[in-house]
Amino acid sequence: MKLSLRLSCLLLLTCGISGFLGCIPKEDSSKVITVWHWMTDRQSAFQELSRRYEATTGIKVNFELYAPSEAYSSKVRAAAQGINLPDIFGILGEKRDFASFINAGHVLDLTPYMDADGKRWGDSFFPKALEVNIFTEGNSYGTKAGVYGVPIDITTIQMVYNKSLFKKLGLDPDNPPSSFNEFIEIGKKIKANNMQGLVSGWTEAWMIDCFAYNYAINIMGEEKVLNTIRGKVSYADPDWVKVFGIFKDMRESGILANGIVTMINKTAEQLFANDKAVFAFNGSWCVNVYKGMNPDLDYAAMLPPKVSDKYPMVIRGGAGSSFMVNARSKNKEETVRFLKWFTDREQQAYFSKATQNIPANKDCLKDIPEILSQFADDMEFAIHPNIWDISEFPAVTESIDKGIQLILIGERSPEQVASEVAKIKEREMAKKNN
Amino acid sequence: MKLKAVLENYVFVLPAVIIFSIFYVIPFIWIFHLGLYNWDGILPTKVFVGLNNFKEIVLQDPAWWQAMMNAGYITLIALTFQNALAFLLAWACDREIRMKNFYRVIFFIPPVLSEIVVGMVWRFIINDIDGANIINRMLTAAGFPNLVHNWLSDPKTALTTVALVHSWKGFGWGFLIFLAGLQTIPRELYEAARVDGANAWQSFKKITVPLMAPVMALVAILTILGSMQVFTLILGLVGGEFAGHTSVPVLRILTSMRVSSRFGYACAQGISFGLILVVISFIQYRFSHKAKQA
Amino acid sequence: MNVNIYYKARKATTTALIHLFLLMMAVICVFPLLWMVFSSLKTPETIFRDLSLIPKSFHFENYYIAWQQGGFGRYFLNSIFYTVSVVVGIIIVSSMAAYAFSRCRFFGRKALFIMFMAAMMVPIPGSFVALYVLLNKIHLRDTPFGYILCMISVGLSTSIFLLKTFFDKMPKELEDAARIDGCSKLGIWWHVALPLAKPALAVVVVFNVLNVWNEYILALIIFDSRKFMPLQVALQTFQGEFVTNYPLLMAGLTITVLPVILVYFLMQKYIVKGVTSGSVLE
Repeated sequence: MKLSLRLSCLLLLTCGISGFLGCIPKEDSSKVITVWHWMTDRQSAFQELSRRYEATTGIKVNFELYAPSEAYSSKVRAAAQGINLPDIFGILGEKRDFASFINAGHVLDLTPYMDADGKRWGDSFFPKALEVNIFTEGNSYGTKAGVYGVPIDITTIQMVYNKSLFKKLGLDPDNPPSSFNEFIEIGKKIKANNMQGLVSGWTEAWMIDCFAYNYAINIMGEEKVLNTIRGKVSYADPDWVKVFGIFKDMRESGILANGIVTMINKTAEQLFANDKAVFAFNGSWCVNVYKGMNPDLDYAAMLPPKVSDKYPMVIRGGAGSSFMVNARSKNKEETVRFLKWFTDREQQAYFSKATQNIPANKDCLKDIPEILSQFADDMEFAIHPNIWDISEFPAVTESIDKGIQLILIGERSPEQVASEVAKIKEREMAKKNN
Repeated sequence: MKLKAVLENYVFVLPAVIIFSIFYVIPFIWIFHLGLYNWDGILPTKVFVGLNNFKEIVLQDPAWWQAMMNAGYITLIALTFQNALAFLLAWACDREIRMKNFYRVIFFIPPVLSEIVVGMVWRFIINDIDGANIINRMLTAAGFPNLVHNWLSDPKTALTTVALVHSWKGFGWGFLIFLAGLQTIPRELYEAARVDGANAWQSFKKITVPLMAPVMALVAILTILGSMQVFTLILGLVGGEFAGHTSVPVLRILTSMRVSSRFGYACAQGISFGLILVVISFIQYRFSHKAKQA
Repeated sequence: MNVNIYYKARKATTTALIHLFLLMMAVICVFPLLWMVFSSLKTPETIFRDLSLIPKSFHFENYYIAWQQGGFGRYFLNSIFYTVSVVVGIIIVSSMAAYAFSRCRFFGRKALFIMFMAAMMVPIPGSFVALYVLLNKIHLRDTPFGYILCMISVGLSTSIFLLKTFFDKMPKELEDAARIDGCSKLGIWWHVALPLAKPALAVVVVFNVLNVWNEYILALIIFDSRKFMPLQVALQTFQGEFVTNYPLLMAGLTITVLPVILVYFLMQKYIVKGVTSGSVLE
């Protein structure tokens, strides 16, 4: 008897303590705005802005960080299931997922706010930044047309090159290669000098995707690419074989760094920052990263060298990160007001300087540092698949990215990949039409 | 009085059963039933597709089976190389040698490190351009320059390298359990055998192996279950699936969940994975049972 | 005489070889940990340029900075609380169940045991979403109690399996003696079975400590209040979305690893010593 009594007391005590800890009353949520984000590097900038907002309006804004981004994405989706989303959150993923969130009723339609006052808020942004958050009339997701998110910065994904390594190779540091053939030629020099050429996080499928789509649009034009996604053009088309062939050419020329297919982007950044690679394919966030690892790095931005002159060379660009408002938030008006303040010129200028990123507000460009402005200048060439009204099937995207990886390690030819992708596309189209 | 005794039995298992039912069985049933739907994990509506997901896994998902083969390969290396090593070290430490305690602590450091750290550190040790290239340098110094290789970036060797690192991390557990098992064998048995004229190999075969059989079975099953589910280590070492060369079932499931937004399909994959593990464990159980009787 | 010397020489060589083998393995085991510790003493700029093991200058302040920046104080305590609660909970619950499965005969014994075994073999990847939804429904979501229950459930199957295997092997004489003396079943479990099972319990402790201490995804998903977060979640703040402060990360990882090594160090004595001292053969 005594023993079981002791045990049950111990058990009850533990339950009691943890239950007590769990029952601490939640804060009064009427004057608090909660923001969930994944941007570790910006937490201090966010907190500073939150302090300023509280000082001027008395409203508390809690920025809660959940990293890394995959875990954040899982948390947001779980919270959506449990109808527990915070006032402000971000949706990481494709337009398709964004549409699902909207259709499930989790995202507030911001169109009335953006259009108010003669479109004052909407017009303060770079059109390309806002575009990824817009759903057009008659889109393929069945979402009501409108603006559903707020961009807080701009990112472009381009190439950068190391000027001091250029000098070592005997190349003109102010004249990066503008044509693909020039680019490949440099590969031979790099190999001869035992250096590493292009680094990029190409174990991450989306990075390969970026590069491939840039060249796809350069080779066949945006319309044909869109028609391929719509299913009207096959991936076995010779133009697509040309796109896949680019990777084969790069591999054979020696322009790619060793093990590029096993590199995560952080590794690629660390290599480029330490003068170990001549080229990098990375996004404008790299400015901040390189500065942290090697403030003396002598580098500049360049467009990916084009293959054809028929169509323009494009780069992936648009909103870097966007915030969405919870449609079920108890503080809708307060939240929107905060976001308006957050994306206003003064705050964006501070934010951009503090985090070394291109602002989404178009009136702040003069405040950004030199190297970033090189990225910003190329915004005119920027394009983003999320502005299209249709997404490719995930199985097809996966087979494209995996196929390219296989080309890069020499296990497939461009023709083989093209026909494999075409087959998977047919299968997915058949499934959809059933 | 009889009733009290019977009730007592149930009281013993009650807490376990209650917690288990709530926190395992219910989620399991939820996920099991989700495998019958097409669902992206976000929309409130799901589309019932019956066994289509499972059909797709079996017939139209070569990537899944490649992942299974890869996991099987890693498990095989763990069962043989890792456990043989663990047993050898446990046997070495079982004898009366100095520094036994020191080794016992040192050998368990790899399991204590988290998989992310292990992946990061070993990647640094092995890789040449983004690491210290230590393995290759050692090979050259030892006089084997033609063995130098891109262990992690060559698709042919990447999986084996991953399996070896996994074994490095895992052998500490086998070592511990084997050592505990070896220590339960009474010394008198060995003494008696020595007096009877048996040499080391004979006493090993006739005393050690039979008495250690249940422990070996235990370690085998834990190894299988642990190695089939490896994935964080792969992310640290090669960044991802390496065009399928280092893909494993858990990574495929996470891809279905997060990248392809196919939650229902991911659940179906999870269920298939579980079924296969049950079959493998059952086979292993039968095998060790037969061996025990031999 | 000669035979004696020959025998001694052979024994010495074997011992020397064994020692060499053990030392080699020890170096291979320790090297990565050493690398981690020495990396934590470098700076973000030098960590990838200076490839030598031992840094030129030692930046011990990284540990202090990591502790401050990561807010380790609170999260460390949380992790300790969760780990202790879960381990105590599992030991009680699983040892009771394992004892019953091993020693008692009752209806449904085999079926229940198979159920637990099946659970061990059928992992649910992505179970964190299911648990989130479940905890939400029973209003235990953003609470330590809910998290602890989930973690107990996670470790239950393997712990029961380990303990039952051990109980099966345990000689019954001591228990029979206690029963003749009039001890209740609960008493036998507490006074006889558990002390004898110290080695297996130590393994269960180490296993679950590792599981709970290194867990982070479930905690990240079900906790909304930062004050409940465990240590692993705090570590993520060093792995920036874009910038990773590697030395601080290494310092944080070292701090995280030390308590577990300590626990193992304390437990490993029991694992190996326990059985031989309590042997019935004496």
